[in-house]
Amino acid sequence: MVHASAPVLDVRQLKTSFFSSGGEIPAVDKISFSINKGEILGIVGESGCGKSVTSLSIMKLIPQPPGKIVEGEILLNGEDLVTASERRMREIRGNDVAMIFQEPMTSLNPLFTIGNQMVEALSIHKKLKKSQASQQAIDMLKIVGLPRAEQIMKEYPHQLSGGMRQRVMIGMALSCHPKLLIADEPTTALDVTIQAQILSLMKDLNEQLETAIIMITHDLGVVAEICRRVLVMYAGKIVEEAPVRTIFKNPKHPYTLGLLKSIPDIRDRTERLYSIPGNVPKPGSIKTGCRFAARCEFAYDRCHHESPRLYQQEKGHRVRCFLHETEEIADA
Amino acid sequence: MPEILLKVDNLKKYFPISGGVFGKKVGDVRAVEEVSFFVNKGETLGLVGESGCGKSTTGRMLMRLIEPTAGEVVFEGNSLTNLNTTELRKVRKDMQMVFQDPFASLNPRHTVEKILEEPLIVHGMGRKKERKQKVKEMLEVVGLSSYHANRYPHQFSGGQRQRIGIARALMTRPKLIIADEPVSALDVSIQSQVLNLLKDLQKDLQLTYIFIAHDLGVVKYISDRVGVMYLGRLVEITDTEKLYENPLHPYTKALLSAVPVPDPDIQKERVLLEGDMPSPSNPPRGCAFHTRCTECMDICRTTRPQIREVEPGHFAACHLFQESEK
Ligand SMILES: Nc1ncnc2c1ncn2[C@@H]1O[C@H](COP(=O)(O)OP(=O)(O)OP(=O)(O)O)[C@@H](O)[C@H]1O
Ligand SMILES: Nc1ncnc2c1ncn2[C@@H]1O[C@H](COP(=O)(O)OP(=O)(O)OP(=O)(O)O)[C@@H](O)[C@H]1O
Ligand code: SF4
Ligand SMILES: [Mg+2]
Ligand SMILES: [Mg+2]
Repeated sequence: MVHASAPVLDVRQLKTSFFSSGGEIPAVDKISFSINKGEILGIVGESGCGKSVTSLSIMKLIPQPPGKIVEGEILLNGEDLVTASERRMREIRGNDVAMIFQEPMTSLNPLFTIGNQMVEALSIHKKLKKSQASQQAIDMLKIVGLPRAEQIMKEYPHQLSGGMRQRVMIGMALSCHPKLLIADEPTTALDVTIQAQILSLMKDLNEQLETAIIMITHDLGVVAEICRRVLVMYAGKIVEEAPVRTIFKNPKHPYTLGLLKSIPDIRDRTERLYSIPGNVPKPGSIKTGCRFAARCEFAYDRCHHESPRLYQQEKGHRVRCFLHETEEIADA
Repeated sequence: MPEILLKVDNLKKYFPISGGVFGKKVGDVRAVEEVSFFVNKGETLGLVGESGCGKSTTGRMLMRLIEPTAGEVVFEGNSLTNLNTTELRKVRKDMQMVFQDPFASLNPRHTVEKILEEPLIVHGMGRKKERKQKVKEMLEVVGLSSYHANRYPHQFSGGQRQRIGIARALMTRPKLIIADEPVSALDVSIQSQVLNLLKDLQKDLQLTYIFIAHDLGVVKYISDRVGVMYLGRLVEITDTEKLYENPLHPYTKALLSAVPVPDPDIQKERVLLEGDMPSPSNPPRGCAFHTRCTECMDICRTTRPQIREVEPGHFAACHLFQESEK
């Protein structure tokens, strides 16, 4: 696909490590990806594969020490965030890029009312007068589907349910019209009926406001539901990238295949689930070869000694596996 | 004719809410209300429902880990209600629990051997040498190795710890396992390993399961019959196939339609529920679901629907399916 406009975000060779007495542990190991205006990009993978470290790196919120962005560029509309000052980052956060987390309670201040927090954010970022900010906040709460918005402005976070808090967070995140919204497991702590409400809200807002969204999740159902393109991560690396339909209809990486086969589906009933043998490796524990080799049913000699590159398949589809080696290497 | 192993009749649990300066009782959390069901020998009964609907409280009452406020649990024909401590311990040998978070339920200072041996000691089973032998055997049964016996819980991955939790539950050779969200904390690739293990063990050891979970895919995979709970009540219960193919209760329909399926080509017809679950300390009058129900009728606001057998083996509590009304 040729895009007339440059991507909103272009991450190149990002490597973020944590340092301890045991040495350097690369939690995210030279990943590259981009996202366009109005796009919803999914990042999936199991616990510890580096999804949150990726999103915290983009926000420059990696605790340092022990963490550090060791290498790479994070280009937001062409501006490199890796080298940006903390002062510049404070302007960018909440303005150009906003983030919502799994548990909204940790990012809402329990001591202030919802109104207080929203008005403050708007007055800082949009330099609005209190009364204007307050009106905008109320409008935003209505947009995210909260009934009795005026009242909710006066309430404290603990007075709201989990689903309502997540709506408030989305409202706050979107109130400054960011170009990019990073949602890190925004529905994982919610019940399915509430999750369905939040996902449909995010889809609507994405269409109306053309906000680019990075949707981080471990739930492949959620990915199928709202993403256009998907990155599959394993042990700090991107192992497959493809348009959403390709990931589900024509997955190529053995890990993606295994993952898809191991989810029990509510539509049919298998006698026995496929299961990937072994455990998810600790980051940095695999020094040579393909990181999936120890658990891969297709692994051969080479997989244990040499690291596969990200090989370009048909358009938009990249796979890190020797079985799908092509001339064109996509992670150069 | 299948043989009933466990029967639950009108089970209730109210947790008192205290408040004020003197900690006086100001109300109740009605965690479980009038729940009745049975479990056949050798089958798996799944219990699903959203957070706070009373699944865990129900599971714990079956073993009297929580004392029911009212109602009766009958295991192998004997009521557990009036058993004294000694008699209760004997029954508990036949009923064991597996929990969601194996880490929280395994003592970090004990070796795996000690953890697995404990239930045998509590129930006075076997001499030391036999017990140690049993521990080794059980580790193999759940797919670990006997050399793991000398290790500590933190030296295992999440999936392995859940295997230890399962091994511990199996030590006394129970007839019934109550598994409360046993795979919810696990990664997908590990989850399927544990689910397959549970299925294998059921076959090999003729176990009966009550499997509590909020993941409807997981419950479908493992269960023969499924009960759906809402706000402390059982609203529908039937064979797995029937429940997923032909759900009757509007809540079950909404719940099933809300599950995102891993297929981008499917645009699901969603029943989007409005609002949140009401508080169990102040449940709505009439049908507990009426405040969010898309089919709500006048009668639903005033009269509580009883659970009844709508078709053979298919029970639902909803006015759409009450016979002799009006
Ligand atoms: N503050 C930290 N100090 C040391 N290591 C860390 C820190 N934060 C993350 N890590 C490590 O980095 C790796 C990637 O973690 P990350 O939080 O990105 O995983 P994730 O994909 O978001 O997993 P989950 O699905 O569990 O949220 C993990 O192995 C984790 O232990
Ligand atoms: N010890 C207790 N004291 C007071 N209230 C309690 C207690 N235990 C549970 N509750 C309440 O009873 C209700 C049912 O709780 P329960 O833990 O059985 O739900 P659940 O279906 O297992 O939920 P989850 O899916 O979140 O585990 C909830 O409203 C809960 O807050
Ligand atoms: S490179 Fe080898 S080990 Fe890695 S996924 Fe492909 S076949 Fe499996
Ligand atoms: Mg994370
Ligand atoms: Mg529970």
